[in-house]
Amino acid sequence: MIELKGVGKVYEDGFQALNNIDLAFENGKINVLIGPSGCGKTTTMKLLNRLVDYTDGEILLDGRNLKEIDPIELRRQMGYVIQNIGLFPHMTIYNNVAAVPKLLKWPKEKIKKSVMELLQLVNLDPDTYMNRFPSELSGGQQQRIGVIRALAADSSIILMDEPFSALDPISREQLQDELISLQSEINKTIIFVTHDMDEALKIADQIILMKNGHIIQKDSPNNIIANPADEFVKDFIGKKRLTPKQKLPSLDNFISKSFVSIQSDSSTAEAIKQMTAYKLTNIPVVTQDDMYLGSINLYGALDNQEETIENLVESDTYTIESTTETVEVINELNSINTTIPVVDGNGKLVGTLDPYQLLYEWRVTSEYECGEQ
Amino acid sequence: MNFITELAVYMAENSNELLALTIEHILMVACGIALSLVIGIPLGILAARFQKLAPVIISITNVIQLVPSLAMLAILMLYLGFGFKTIAIGLFLYSLLPIVKNTYVGIKEVDDGIKEAGIGIGMSPLQLLAKIQFPLSIPYLMAGLRLAAVIAVSVAAIGPYIGAGGLGKEIISGISLQDDIKIYAGAIPATLIAIIADLALGLVERKTKKRLA
Amino acid sequence: MIFFQGYMKYWREDYSSILAYMYEHMIISLTVIALSITFSIPLAVYLTKIKSDLIKTITFNIANIFQTIPTIALLALVIPLFGIGFVPAVVALFLYSLLPLLRNTYAGMNSIDPGIIEAAKGMGYGTIQRLFKIELPVALPYIMSGIRVTSVYIISWTTLAALIGAGGLGDLVLAGIGYNDSMMIFTGTFLAIIIAISLDLVINKIEKIFSYS
Ligand SMILES: Nc1ncnc2c1ncn2[C@@H]1O[C@H](COP(=O)(O)OP(=O)(O)O)[C@@H](O)[C@H]1O
Ligand SMILES: [Mg+2]
Repeated sequence: MIELKGVGKVYEDGFQALNNIDLAFENGKINVLIGPSGCGKTTTMKLLNRLVDYTDGEILLDGRNLKEIDPIELRRQMGYVIQNIGLFPHMTIYNNVAAVPKLLKWPKEKIKKSVMELLQLVNLDPDTYMNRFPSELSGGQQQRIGVIRALAADSSIILMDEPFSALDPISREQLQDELISLQSEINKTIIFVTHDMDEALKIADQIILMKNGHIIQKDSPNNIIANPADEFVKDFIGKKRLTPKQKLPSLDNFISKSFVSIQSDSSTAEAIKQMTAYKLTNIPVVTQDDMYLGSINLYGALDNQEETIENLVESDTYTIESTTETVEVINELNSINTTIPVVDGNGKLVGTLDPYQLLYEWRVTSEYECGEQ
Repeated sequence: MNFITELAVYMAENSNELLALTIEHILMVACGIALSLVIGIPLGILAARFQKLAPVIISITNVIQLVPSLAMLAILMLYLGFGFKTIAIGLFLYSLLPIVKNTYVGIKEVDDGIKEAGIGIGMSPLQLLAKIQFPLSIPYLMAGLRLAAVIAVSVAAIGPYIGAGGLGKEIISGISLQDDIKIYAGAIPATLIAIIADLALGLVERKTKKRLA
Repeated sequence: MIFFQGYMKYWREDYSSILAYMYEHMIISLTVIALSITFSIPLAVYLTKIKSDLIKTITFNIANIFQTIPTIALLALVIPLFGIGFVPAVVALFLYSLLPLLRNTYAGMNSIDPGIIEAAKGMGYGTIQRLFKIELPVALPYIMSGIRVTSVYIISWTTLAALIGAGGLGDLVLAGIGYNDSMMIFTGTFLAIIIAISLDLVINKIEKIFSYS
């Protein structure tokens, strides 16, 4: 348990970075410090391993005054993961992970066992990766090493300063998931800095929201969403999370109105020509007044060129009504991989939907909104 | 104290001769540098314009630099005899590398955006070179010139071994006569020339940089 | 062919003295290189650790002045202090070699990703441990390439040590100038170049061992 009591920090240049911070980090919990850039998250974290010394108040580590502990000893007892990863480029992966155990002069066998276990814990095959150098790993793999390097000395406290923010979105999600499952096994006291509310909500047991060197609210993720302390917290959480119904733009935004279709009295040859011209594997078939009948598959048409369109049309295809919620469409999407016809309430074809396009835009919009905070 | 007054007296008494040696020294350097500018800049431009030539040109100048200065002068002496011409060519060869390399790098460094703008307003490759790339590379060239000048002043000082004049004469006769006064009377002005050249050309370099910044 | 035969004859007759010149040359160069490494690298590391910009500027300016002084002038200037021969040659060449090594090491240490240093601090490396286990090894490729470049220069400059009676291949070249003997001049030149290139290759090999990317 780490307790901060009335802690303040004034930097050498006179800047008051932290003011009267009261906080407790409970054992075995993920504590997330979050807030806009420059609010003092990193400073707060660095107080804990004394990379920065506090100028006011006191910090107790399991009841012991932090200033009574030798900083070098203290740091060897705490794992530390930073945003720029900071792997040692001249050491193999093995030696990077083994760095602190070596400083602590653990016996060789014990170090080896620990490194092997940790590599497996993050799904990196020890035989493959052990002797590689950091430059031979992808960014996501490097940060996995960064994380297990912090775990290697089996310290009970891990400090992580925006560890995943430099990674691509996919690696970031993976590492978040891994951290959660890791934590269920290792049960460390984790202090995690981020500026990404999605990340905080996903991994935190306790969220500490900061602004200008003050704590604005500290609470569980659910309580923060349910009872934001003030406008700042509401803004920071983001409107879309507070009103989940309108989370995504309406489906209309994703429907393509300039689609290709073919009338049921056209020739099959014409349908094939259209599909090859527009590089489609399916084309919707409509009546003269645009009522949707079904669709023709390119390969079916090629195999039966002498048949009429009316005989070839498959009428049991999946369609979407234009008024459906975007969320529902996304939930259905897993199984669909072709363009989907969109119809109105009367069964009239009003457009098509490219599922990839939808997923892509959804990703972009949701990232855009996170990025704004 | 005694030594310094003796030195001052010697230098005052021989001021005419020392001045003549200084001028001769500067003249040798100026000739060598002028030659290396006349030949080095086009070589640097050629290397920048024709990528295939670049490694050839740069490695030749690199190899020249590998030859110890005394050996270079000695070899030139074998074919060109003693005297001013030989030393001027030696200084030219020795200061070629910084000029060629810096011209080359300077032209290469010109921002692609600026180049595109030039092409965009309809400049021919030659106009692009003359109006954009070369002028923008001048700070680099100046840095090369500065380096070349310092090297040339240094190499010129061993010129007397192949029959040239300059302040090296005073230094070398000082060494052979074991006359400390003569050594300093030659070495001090030679050092001053080098330091002044370094400072002055450094100033020019910064000025050209600032004008373009 | 006749030249070649004459050349072989020259080697047969004089190989022992040629090898002696070469040996002298290498002893002077290697002494200077060793001194320069043991002095410049710790100094450069120290400069990266201090806050005072004044001390940094002064140190680099002094090193720059040594580098600017014409080589023979610097060699001559130490004669009054150390006489002639091996010692003054080593002292002068050492002063001359400060700047490149200082500069490379300083740049190498400064090029270390701050994240690496922060991680090391945060993981509980003490100052000395961090220096020897992290910072120096990480900067080593830079430092080694500085050593390589400087060593090649030193081999070349050592030719001038002969001018103040320290011997080495410069003596061979000087004798060649005196007798107008091309064999002596070329032998001296080629051997100096060959030593420089071999050293370059050897250090390059060592560099490869220490490089990690
Ligand atoms: N060494 C320092 N000296 C002076 N001010 C600093 C120092 N380090 C950080 N600060 C200031 O303290 C404030 C908080 O910094 P930090 O804790 O790094 O913020 P963040 O929440 O983005 O991690 C910022 O305004 C920053 O400019
Ligand atoms: Mg920060």
